Amino acid sequence: MNDAILVEGLQKRFGSNTALAGVDLTVPEGSVLGLLGPNGAGKTTVVRILTTLLQPDGGRAEVAGVDVLREPDRVRSLIGLTGQYAAVDEYLTGFENLEMVGRLYRLGKRESRARAEELLERFDLTDAADRPAKTYSGGMRRRLDIAASLIARPRVLFLDEPTTGLDPRSRLGMWEFIADLAGGGTTILLTTQYLEEADRLADRMVVIDRGRVIARGTADELKAQVGGQRLEFTVTDATVLPAMVERLRPLAVDEPHVDEQARRLSIPVSGGAEVLADALRRLDGQTAAVFDVGLRRPDLDDVFLALTGHGAEESAAEEGEAGPAPGVDETPAEPVPTGGVR
Amino acid sequence: MSSLSATLSDSVVITKRNLIKVKRVPDLIVFATLSPIMFVVLFRYVFGGAIGGLPPGISYAEFLLPGIFAQTVVFGSTITGASLADDLQKGLIDRFRSLPMSRSAVLIGRTVADAGLNVVSIAVMALTGLLVGWRIRSSFGEAVAGFLVLLVFAYAVSWLMAMVGLLVRTPEVVQNASFIVIFPLTFVANTFVPLETFPSALRVFAEWNPVSAVTLASRELFGNVPPGYPVPDAWSMQNPVLYTLIWTAVILAVFVPLSVRLYQRTSTR
Repeated sequence: MNDAILVEGLQKRFGSNTALAGVDLTVPEGSVLGLLGPNGAGKTTVVRILTTLLQPDGGRAEVAGVDVLREPDRVRSLIGLTGQYAAVDEYLTGFENLEMVGRLYRLGKRESRARAEELLERFDLTDAADRPAKTYSGGMRRRLDIAASLIARPRVLFLDEPTTGLDPRSRLGMWEFIADLAGGGTTILLTTQYLEEADRLADRMVVIDRGRVIARGTADELKAQVGGQRLEFTVTDATVLPAMVERLRPLAVDEPHVDEQARRLSIPVSGGAEVLADALRRLDGQTAAVFDVGLRRPDLDDVFLALTGHGAEESAAEEGEAGPAPGVDETPAEPVPTGGVR
Repeated sequence: MSSLSATLSDSVVITKRNLIKVKRVPDLIVFATLSPIMFVVLFRYVFGGAIGGLPPGISYAEFLLPGIFAQTVVFGSTITGASLADDLQKGLIDRFRSLPMSRSAVLIGRTVADAGLNVVSIAVMALTGLLVGWRIRSSFGEAVAGFLVLLVFAYAVSWLMAMVGLLVRTPEVVQNASFIVIFPLTFVANTFVPLETFPSALRVFAEWNPVSAVTLASRELFGNVPPGYPVPDAWSMQNPVLYTLIWTAVILAVFVPLSVRLYQRTSTR
């Protein structure tokens, strides 16, 4: 399979600040790569270089087989970009925005209009087509922005934090659209701070921090890198936790972790479902306070924490995304290891 | 598509986009028309009686209008900078720069649309001027040339402002900063009062101020300078049309390439 994106040794400095210190990555044609990292890790810088907005200080980049530095114009005709803000003209209507971008991709008047209609329909914007984008909600603007980047049927699509600032419902909707595009064979490079988003949409992931790649692989591979599974108990009354720790300690392969605030106990273990059965036996008679129990593999939040020494939430918190609320883990409690993709 | 016709067609698309905004944001039209009307009326009636030193045979309305034309079109061109800063802030410049479009079309489309806005301003002011006593006393061709000199000079200033907008990146700051420069530039000139009344150092500055040249050039072309009216000896005032065109050419020669180059490197944040 050919690589739709090829990046080798990419470097970029802004003054004395090194944004990229030699990034390598490839994205096979038709796949989705999740580029993960906290704020300031260099995600956007990579996207800017690949979309010809920024010149790197060193390294090489190809998009759809075309050298980004040597033939930027050809690259531009093969890609679509949706940046961090919805870059739509708010005084133009949805239709006018798309028609304009179509014309600037040199599609011609008739085709620009036909594509505009088609994409408005596909992104549920037909009813709002003749209203200035100023009147759109955040989710609608973002959809219009993505529609604009798709107008010339790009071979490679760059989505820079496509759901930042969206409410949970719009985010789910956006995920469906993106999954749909990926299903249609478009190569996508997606940057995000939301681990759940990458887990859900990306085939492979690259984690960067301070301008360096610190991990890469599928979600399962990343999780395997961080380590094995753990038993998790959520209880209704935190006072029972110390006694539980004592009873379960023989099963632990590493120090158990107690979170009294979340009324949660997490014990690194090895082995499969029998560990869970064993644990329940050991707790004999003390399970009244247990609200939820499960054998879980690490999620990407754990991956992040382990790899970067700080959680993704720290930087995502300002967007109002503080990770799963205590006690409300959305992973279903299953007595068997869950797969990588939820 | 050849690169010239591609630039042209992209520029048309961008100009159209900018003009749609004018249509949908009434404030812009109000700014472009009401304030010049206000200026014409205020100066004509508030200062008109007090401003002396005019030669016999010319009314203050006739002296004033070309000055107000010049001031308004120069201010009008600051919209170019503010609008580009706005596009930059909203991520639109990033969008445009990621498209396979001509590298200069965004700037051409912007400056052309703003020149269009200046045409509207001048038309409104001219009509107001005719109502308060301004007259064109020259031939049709000369009058057209008078308007063209104003518009061409303002178009060049637009390119200078484009550069400012891309550098400053905040629309409000562009507005305020250019006000601080342009306000004195349009007042330390022959726009509203004859140069003879200026103290000597200021007078030399005013004589070589391109705004004075534009004003005098259009005044002459509209026939608002009576025969035998003493024009200052400075070369700039003896040859106002040529002097204006030299400024126009120099500003364009410097700022078109600089702005286009800056545009190609600018991105949000």
